[in-house]
Amino acid sequence: MAPLLDVDSLAVTLPGPRGPLPILHDVSLTVEEGELVGIAGESGCGKSLTAQTLLGLLPEGAQVTGSARFAGTDLLGLDNRGWQRVRGAGIAMVFQDPSAALHPMLTIGRQLTEHMRVHLRLDRRAATRRAVELLDQVRIPDPERALRAYPHQFSGGMRQRAAIAIALAARPRLLIADEPTTALDVTVQAGILALFDRLRAETGLAVAFITHDLGVLSALTTRGYVFYAGRVVETGPTGALLTAPTHPYTAALLGARPHGTQAVGTLRPIPGGPPAPGQAPPGCPFQPRCGYAEPSCASAPPPLSPVGVDRSVACVVRPQLEVATR
Amino acid sequence: MTTLHNGEPGAVTTTASRPRPRRTHPLLAFLAKRLAITAGLLLGVTVVTFGLVNVVPGDPVTANLSDQALNDPATVAAFREKWGLDQPLWAQYLHYLGNLLHGDLGTSQQTGRAVLDDLVRYVPATMELAIPTMVLALLIGTGIGMLAAVRNGRVTDHLVRIGALLGLSTPPFWLSLVVLYVFFYQLGLAPSGGRLSTGFSPPPTVTGMYTVDAALAGQWAVAWDAAQHLVLPVLVLTSLTVALLVRFVRSAMLEVLQQDYIRAAYAKGLPTRVVLRRHLLRAGLVPVVTVSGLAFASLLSGTVLVESIFGWPGLGQYAYRSATALDLPAILGVSLFVALVYTLVNLTVDLLYGLIDPRIRLS
Repeated sequence: MAPLLDVDSLAVTLPGPRGPLPILHDVSLTVEEGELVGIAGESGCGKSLTAQTLLGLLPEGAQVTGSARFAGTDLLGLDNRGWQRVRGAGIAMVFQDPSAALHPMLTIGRQLTEHMRVHLRLDRRAATRRAVELLDQVRIPDPERALRAYPHQFSGGMRQRAAIAIALAARPRLLIADEPTTALDVTVQAGILALFDRLRAETGLAVAFITHDLGVLSALTTRGYVFYAGRVVETGPTGALLTAPTHPYTAALLGARPHGTQAVGTLRPIPGGPPAPGQAPPGCPFQPRCGYAEPSCASAPPPLSPVGVDRSVACVVRPQLEVATR
Repeated sequence: MTTLHNGEPGAVTTTASRPRPRRTHPLLAFLAKRLAITAGLLLGVTVVTFGLVNVVPGDPVTANLSDQALNDPATVAAFREKWGLDQPLWAQYLHYLGNLLHGDLGTSQQTGRAVLDDLVRYVPATMELAIPTMVLALLIGTGIGMLAAVRNGRVTDHLVRIGALLGLSTPPFWLSLVVLYVFFYQLGLAPSGGRLSTGFSPPPTVTGMYTVDAALAGQWAVAWDAAQHLVLPVLVLTSLTVALLVRFVRSAMLEVLQQDYIRAAYAKGLPTRVVLRRHLLRAGLVPVVTVSGLAFASLLSGTVLVESIFGWPGLGQYAYRSATALDLPAILGVSLFVALVYTLVNLTVDLLYGLIDPRIRLS
């Protein structure tokens, strides 16, 4: 069976003040029905733009090539009407900051039911009934009262729960969560993550979980994609990615990540910074910061090639080294 | 990160409505406070106006009496005594305040009528222009401003911005003369000025606005004639107000369009018109309400040039005549009215904020 979401060789170029800026290069990824997939990378690496592309929310003048198929529909060929049918009911989105993504002047109930009524053709009473169920499902206490509340009357965690309920309202098959816990307190994050896990188990919902936190990947997702400078540099089962990273960037990310009682001195920050859009070097984008780089790395970006079972990596040097040292 | 749990400490306590204490309703307390401020403000207005009128070079005596009368010391003395001008300033002021507390605004030297009667006569005429102007300007200005914001950077947007700039830089008297020339002189579609054609008598006074009063009395012919007289001045005032509003609406809407919640609304699959009408308009309205309030207050305070050209007996003309005649009671009366209008409009604007945005609803 074809995957629910199948993105192939997607490239996105945004208009910039000094000519077009290529942001995404040759991105291919799939999400199966009911699968929790992680998308990781530093800020500015194209994770969020991928999400925007899949919802048709790119700024005006953006150029998109490649293909993106969702449940048999060619997303990139959709007109305004077609997008309206997909958004909310096919692919739904949870934004990073619930305080900004909820309309401050509309009640939770209104924001929860308005698209439900468009997509599911429910009358007011049926929509309200479903809204109460949804709020209950995301563990918001006293749902009837919450329907009449405004977002500012909720705490950050409750707001994100409400935003998740809103995203689920029109029965989407794929949920894109764009760093949904980044704006929240650490104590609240775990609850939201558990909620995603439970929703997937209960509803068979597929989730593409965008994060910059590799720890979130390991806790939640089965398969992951690591983005760098608008490219997928490594993909594979999350466990393998995190325990035995193949791409130097993935390895460096893990080395730069604090965990447990580790002393700060043992953290290894990655030297330099990711290239700005349009200023990536001609070869491998990570080559200027890479400890394994060879002269050949500067000529052309390495393609994503399979290594081992279900894994691919866009590096020509390190996989060979590992084979040699094994 | 391996131990996931559902509990969110501290998150459950915040819910929809706050417990309501059994004290004075917050709205009443707010209104009482604002009323007290207004009273203080009005007192300040009397002091300043009183002071200013007495500081300006010029004498109400020379402004009001003819040359012949000025040569007669007895007439001058009688005028001074009649209007209390022979008393020291502080005595004049206290006298005025005392009368004011009894609702007596004094008598106009110009019209010889009580200032309050004059206001009751002229204010409704101005209101009859201001209210339809504001309603039209809000509808048109909001629509055009939203359109420009949604089409940001495209031809429509540029046209709207050029139009608004032209509207703002057009002198009102010039525009008035142009519409008179076109619609009255050339096309004969509208009367040239005044509130009613000759042959019609004003309807029985209820609100003082002829169209409303005539309709209330069932005098449809009079109402229709009065409405026709409204067309041209309202047209001029509306185009000027729209030009002012459009720029504010456009920038307010542009800012809202950048917000995540607008993208979130699109991401829910809502039709564009729903996003614009329900999500964009609501959020963009708050700054617009402020400007509209100021514009409305300024319209209610009278528009001297437009009223003069269309022969409209409104507050602007009355204020102008009183000022040139140094008619102190009338000037004070107009000043107090204008101050009152501005405070009331501001109060309404503040209440509207709460209606539009629940975050600033009074707590």
